[in-house]
Amino acid sequence: MTLPTAQTPIAGWGRYNPVVCSCVRPERSNALAAFLETNGEPLVARGLGRSYGDASVNQEGLVVDFTRMNRIRAFDPETGVLECEGGVSLADILTVFVPRGFFLPVTPGTKYVTVAGAIANDVHGKNHHCDGSFAQFVDSIELWTPARGVLTCSPTENADIFWATAGGVGLTGVILTARLRLLSIDSAYVRVDYQRCANLDATLDAMAASDQYYRYSVAWVDCLAQNASLGRSVLMRGNHTLANTLPESKASTPYRLPRRPGLTIPVDFPGCVLNHYSVKAFNTLFYAKNRDARDVVVDYDKYFYPLDGIHQWNRMYGRKGFIQYQATFPLESREGLVKLLERLAGSGRASFLAVLKCFGAASPGLLSHPMPGYTLTLDIPNGLGLTAFVASLDRLLLEYGGRLYLAKDALARPEAIEAMYPNLKTFREIRAKLDPNRLLASNLSRRLRLDG
Amino acid sequence: MTTFQPKSVVILGALSGVARYIADGFAREGFAVALAGRDLEEMELLAADLRERHEVTCCCLKFDALDIDSHASFVQETTEALGALPGGVVACFGYMADQTEAQRDFALIRKTLDTNLTGAISILERFAAAFEERQSGFMAALSSVAGDRGRKANYFYGAAKAGLSAYLQGLRNRLHASGVKVTTIKPGFMDTPMTYGMDLPGALVAAPQSAAQAMTRAILKGKNVVYVPFFWRYIMWIIRSIPEWQFKKMSI
Ligand SMILES: Cc1cc2nc3c(=O)[nH]c(=O)nc-3n(C[C@H](O)[C@H](O)[C@H](O)COP(=O)(O)OP(=O)(O)OC[C@H]3O[C@@H](n4cnc5c(N)ncnc54)[C@H](O)[C@@H]3O)c2cc1C
Ligand SMILES: NC(=O)c1ccc[n+]([C@@H]2O[C@H](COP(=O)([O-])OP(=O)(O)OC[C@H]3O[C@@H](n4cnc5c(N)ncnc54)[C@H](OP(=O)(O)O)[C@@H]3O)[C@@H](O)[C@H]2O)c1
Repeated sequence: MTLPTAQTPIAGWGRYNPVVCSCVRPERSNALAAFLETNGEPLVARGLGRSYGDASVNQEGLVVDFTRMNRIRAFDPETGVLECEGGVSLADILTVFVPRGFFLPVTPGTKYVTVAGAIANDVHGKNHHCDGSFAQFVDSIELWTPARGVLTCSPTENADIFWATAGGVGLTGVILTARLRLLSIDSAYVRVDYQRCANLDATLDAMAASDQYYRYSVAWVDCLAQNASLGRSVLMRGNHTLANTLPESKASTPYRLPRRPGLTIPVDFPGCVLNHYSVKAFNTLFYAKNRDARDVVVDYDKYFYPLDGIHQWNRMYGRKGFIQYQATFPLESREGLVKLLERLAGSGRASFLAVLKCFGAASPGLLSHPMPGYTLTLDIPNGLGLTAFVASLDRLLLEYGGRLYLAKDALARPEAIEAMYPNLKTFREIRAKLDPNRLLASNLSRRLRLDG
Repeated sequence: MTTFQPKSVVILGALSGVARYIADGFAREGFAVALAGRDLEEMELLAADLRERHEVTCCCLKFDALDIDSHASFVQETTEALGALPGGVVACFGYMADQTEAQRDFALIRKTLDTNLTGAISILERFAAAFEERQSGFMAALSSVAGDRGRKANYFYGAAKAGLSAYLQGLRNRLHASGVKVTTIKPGFMDTPMTYGMDLPGALVAAPQSAAQAMTRAILKGKNVVYVPFFWRYIMWIIRSIPEWQFKKMSI
């Protein structure tokens, strides 16, 4: 069976290089199953399109928009296990389950991602140093594969396929449903400590000394600061709060959030609004305005999703879009991180604050991004010389044994990714068996030759 | 908001792209929901979703707008499934054929009229009788802005929806005395399977989630006629006020 197609210009969240794709958008599982059985064109599934690059873009074939496959199947309040379709968003899960005392075990910096998208990139959150990444909380998935139909995969059943799918950017199959273990919480609030760090060493030392006391840890870095202030940051670390320690006004309704009006960026900003000077002023102000503070009670929305309050904030970068650069260095390569920051600060390529985090142990996901080390994430607006500049950052990263994140990447070369992900070979072997006729493909998979 | 008793609703055509979110809206308000449509297996998935999200009663019923004979017993079936005559009914099913194909094939025109007009009238009359007798209830149907003025681009569908709008008008008039509320919903473009892939002006296309929210609110308030989103009232006012001698030359 075929599904109606729509010709739609799409790109990643960075709106870098949009292309027209043939999209289908199933709403029913029986129609989806019939479509997958008979379809002969290369396809890639797409969630909420929050990957920054071309992971869920496919110009040669079809894009399967999964956002309407978003039904909850079952929930067990005893175990906290949620079974749902792949297109259910994390925002939906929070709306439904926070009032019942459950939170996401891992969440990225936006709640507008789908469960399947979170598995396909094996996303990480501020708790990576103690909890690991998203797929590690997935009990099992139903995966449609071209060669073997629908498979149940879990860390114990079809385990090799499960760990190829975690971080496998949609190239092992279509994730139909997932069983996810939610985290039991006592309130919707996080108790946060804010700490300013004058430079990179101070930041990393503080993380090393006391990250272990916090479930969540992240630093916002002013990456325009140079010299002695290079890497100055505000550390924001916290833990879930017990209801009985909340201030009185909140203690009686510990799961309720304060109402907040949403803001929308209605049009593209002209390219000049975010320039070196305006961003520098913003960053300086951000650092200056923040004071050290302890035990600040913040609701989860504000702590985890500061940008989600501004809809379509990606339009701030104007029509040409931007890329996001996420680089992870192994723990022993602090020097590499310093060099990267120096290069960024010196380049004058405006970026808002960058995010710095210390990762914990890697997940078994073959192409999962996190590995023990430091990860730095920042936006770089599209402009003259972008490709060459990013290529120079990639070389630096490689030199220090670091790696890029496929969810963010838009520009890397295949050789670089091959060197960064030693498990790529195993991934390719597993993939070849599941998809011998190459029916799963994306612009990302072709650009990076993930098929070999 | 008007309070309706019992707090239950039947959604006809429950798998429509917008209906599933209307059902969700009622479930969120604590209504017991009966989903009615042609695909039971798929409706069960939606029912499970509504139960998990909102902890409400939800059941599924077979319903085909074209199977007029089955409509006689449908109110009874609903009453049995929900344990009482439902508080209200929302008709969401609809069918839009490709206009040029329909011009060549009367069967498609007939299906358009039978589904959107005859089928709707047939089933709504059954509920109207029951609600009138009970002296309470709410009824709503998704008509369309397409019924506000015939256009060459889809006038079979437009004719059916114009008929449906007129029917609802009369029904409202009739049921006023018995306290039954009748809401005519006139959506503009919505991003559902009905329009997926069509070349529509993006800024005018509503997400079904937000459209459904506006519809549920209007029904619960007992509104008479509501355009969704609201600005279609003004767009249609302008379109209706173009003189016929000029309109007939236009392509909109
Ligand atoms: C503001 C912001 C903050 C972010 N913060 C973080 C962060 O802190 N940590 C982090 O790890 N990431 C972060 N991200 C990235 C984001 O979490 C990931 O890119 C995520 O995978 C996006 O999910 P999505 O639903 O939008 O899927 P898409 O971006 O549309 O797709 C992502 C991948 O999932 C695949 N996919 C989607 N659906 C299916 C399916 N049903 N079956 C199989 N494959 C499928 C696609 O093919 C693609 O490869 C952030 C993004 C934004 C915009
Ligand atoms: N989308 C728009 O832009 C738009 C604009 C104005 C008005 N509307 C109206 O809004 C309503 C909902 O539309 P939608 O956009 O959500 O469309 P949709 O997703 O295409 O849904 C149409 C639904 O109608 C059902 N249906 C069709 N014939 C039926 C029959 N004989 N018996 C029972 N159910 C039947 C279909 O069920 P099956 O699965 O069994 O086929 C389907 O669930 C319709 O009345 C439509 O005319 C839509």
